[in-house]
Amino acid sequence: MLNKLSPVFLLAAILLAAAIPAQAKETATDNYKAYCMQCHGLEGNGKGVNARDMAVMPRDHTDAKAMSGRSDEMLFKVIKEGGTSISKSNLMPPWAGTFTDEEIKDLVVHLRTLCKCKFGT
Amino acid sequence: MQRIIFAALLGISGAAFADSGILNKDCVSCHNITGPAAQTLKEAFAKKGPALFYAGNKYRQEWLVSWLQKPQRIRPAGLYYGDHIKIGAKSDEIDAATLKDHVVLSKDDATAVAAELMQLKAHDDLIAKEKIEPGTITKQNGEMNFDKFWGCMACHLIEPEFGGLSGPELYTAGKRLQPEFIASFIRNPQAWEPKTWMPNKDASNGSIQKFVQYFDVLSRESANAK
Ligand code: HEC
Ligand code: HEC
Repeated sequence: MLNKLSPVFLLAAILLAAAIPAQAKETATDNYKAYCMQCHGLEGNGKGVNARDMAVMPRDHTDAKAMSGRSDEMLFKVIKEGGTSISKSNLMPPWAGTFTDEEIKDLVVHLRTLCKCKFGT
Repeated sequence: MQRIIFAALLGISGAAFADSGILNKDCVSCHNITGPAAQTLKEAFAKKGPALFYAGNKYRQEWLVSWLQKPQRIRPAGLYYGDHIKIGAKSDEIDAATLKDHVVLSKDDATAVAAELMQLKAHDDLIAKEKIEPGTITKQNGEMNFDKFWGCMACHLIEPEFGGLSGPELYTAGKRLQPEFIASFIRNPQAWEPKTWMPNKDASNGSIQKFVQYFDVLSRESANAK
């Protein structure tokens, strides 16, 4: 199979691979632990180390009732664009500069495992 | 050569500028003084101290000299914050037993090390882009901008007893940091630290100038007398 690939193609493939920075995608577990946990807490229950003085408490991600009221699209939007994008608190920042879209999608899946819930159930 | 002339002109002994060897001997086990910044979360979680390879573009030299002789905690939950918190009665709390005191330097060593740190100037390009506009702000308006409009209090103490705990305290930012660094970091935290826990909040330049002015106002207050 390999010997059928033209040297030009191989060279192009090598150059392309070198041109793309090796910024591996982070796992949702690690991203949650790095970024979300500071406010949403070690247990994901909204009681993070930053929560003490907040005017609006961070969302409890283990609250199946509240979380099932949010569609996956809405969760994606609030992570990417921040609380104000869905008329919620600006204490929830926009994370567009931190995560790729793919990482945000993975985080939405991760949130569904924390609440053990789906939209509308 | 230039340095020697400069030192001679100032009448300071050349020794103050020579490499004391302290950074490489006592500091690099916890601080990155060469760059690049952490590129993956694995590296970011493993950081034992803040990066110092752009120290010369970040800190005020006089602050470095005094802090190194009398270090006081800046990040209430240390580095990485997740390693220093525990579940508490009302919310997660800082686990103080896991936080260690910083190494203390003598006056001479602190002066020498601060001078060496000021020469670590990575990211001159980012600093060059910043223009600090003259002006001032009332404490009340500064607080409104910080807490209410932008929600920065979520992660930062803006008074010794008010604010979030995962980021560095900011009521001391004005005396610790150069204004251009403050502006640049808020404008694009990821340009300095790709994996930083701080989000890019897309603050307007006007708001960024207000943050800089507000930290300056706070730096003149008594909480900063320590
Ligand atoms: C055991 C690890 C460790 C060693 C060794 C160490 N530091 Fe630190 N250093 C830290 C940590 C952790 C912080 C953050 C402190 C805080 O936020 O309260 C820090 C903070 C600093 C700061 C303040 C910068 C900032 O933004 O918070 C300076 C300056 C500094 N260290 C310089 C030095 C120098 C110079 C040495 C060597 C003489 C040294 N450190 C040795 C862990 C270390
Ligand atoms: C989600 C938490 C979070 C939010 C929200 C946040 N920050 Fe930060 N900020 C951090 C962390 C963590 C750092 C330390 C960065 C690093 O070294 O990686 C930091 C660093 C800084 C610094 C540099 C301070 C130093 O000593 O290095 C400034 C200035 C700053 N933030 C200002 C702001 C402003 C202004 C806002 C609001 C627009 C804000 N931050 C919102 C977490 C946050």
